[in-house]
Amino acid sequence: MSLSDKDKAAVRALWSTISKSSDAIGNDALSRMIVVYPQTKIYFSHWPEVIPGSIHIKEHGKKVMGGIELAVSKIDDLKTGLFELSEQHAFKLRVDPGNFKILNHCILVVIATMFPKEFTPEAHVSLDKFLSGVALALAERYR
Amino acid sequence: MPENSVSADLQTGSDKMVEWTDFERDTIKDIFSRIEYDVVGPAALARCLVVYPWTQRYFSGFGNLYNAAAIKGNPMVSKHGTTIMHGLDRAVKNLDDIENTYTELSVLHSEKLHVDPDNFKLLADCLTIVVAAQLGKEFTGEVQAAFQKFLAVVVSSLGRQYH
Repeated sequence: MSLSDKDKAAVRALWSTISKSSDAIGNDALSRMIVVYPQTKIYFSHWPEVIPGSIHIKEHGKKVMGGIELAVSKIDDLKTGLFELSEQHAFKLRVDPGNFKILNHCILVVIATMFPKEFTPEAHVSLDKFLSGVALALAERYR
Repeated sequence: MPENSVSADLQTGSDKMVEWTDFERDTIKDIFSRIEYDVVGPAALARCLVVYPWTQRYFSGFGNLYNAAAIKGNPMVSKHGTTIMHGLDRAVKNLDDIENTYTELSVLHSEKLHVDPDNFKLLADCLTIVVAAQLGKEFTGEVQAAFQKFLAVVVSSLGRQYH
C-alpha cells in the first residue's frame, strides 16, 4: 500500500495545517495512549511517574512529533529517511512494533478532535497510509 | 502483533460477564444520547469504505462507490450507517448481556453476510474517529477508553457465532 502522489500531497497539506499544534498533538496522543492502552506504560517505567500531561509526556510528545515531521520531509523514501530512527527503536528502545499502530491510532483520534473539518475521509486514508509507512520504516531494522 | 483497535486480552467466555464501571456505563450512555444516529452512522460507514476500500466487497449491491464523494452521497450507505447505529443501540441498552443480545446478528454476519470479523474492528475505529470529531475536547482519554472497550465487546460478540 505505497503512497501515491495524491497521498503525499494530502499528507503535506494536512501537516502544514496541523504542524503549528504539533506539541499539543504529541502531548494529547501520548497522554491518551497510556490511558487507553495502559500496557504501553511499560516503556516509560524509567520516569518517576507515567501520567497524562506530565512534563515527561510533553517532552516525549515533542520528540515523537519531531520524528513525524522528519518523516513528512522524507516522504518519498521513508525507509532511507528513517534509517537512524529505526536503528534506535530496534537496538536501543526495542519497542514492540505492534505499538506503532496503537500510537498511530491515538494520533489520528487527536487530529480528529482538533481538526474535524480538515480530517475528511480522504485526508484520513492518506494519513493512515503515511503513518503505516512510518511504522513499517521504523520496524525495518528490527530483524 | 496485537491489534490496536481491540482491547488487549478481552475475555467473553459464556461464564464470564464483562464488568463495567459506573464511569464506563455513564460515558457510553451519554455518548449515545448525544450523537445523532443518522449523522454519525453514515459518516462512520462512509469513512470505513474510503479508508479501508476492501470493505466495499460487502456492498456490491449499493451502486456507485467509485470515489469518496460518491460514497458519501450514496443513500444506501447512509441508510445502512443508520441501521448500524440502531444495532449498537441495542448493546447500549443491554450492556450486561451484549453477547446474547447479538447472537442472531452474529449468525447473520457470519452465515448470510460472510463478513470477515477483522473488518468489524475497522468500522469500530472509524466510528471512534467520527465520535472524536463530534465531541472534540470532551473526547478525553478516559472517554475514549470507555468507548473503545464498549466497541471491543461489540466486536467480540459479533464474532462469537463464527465457526
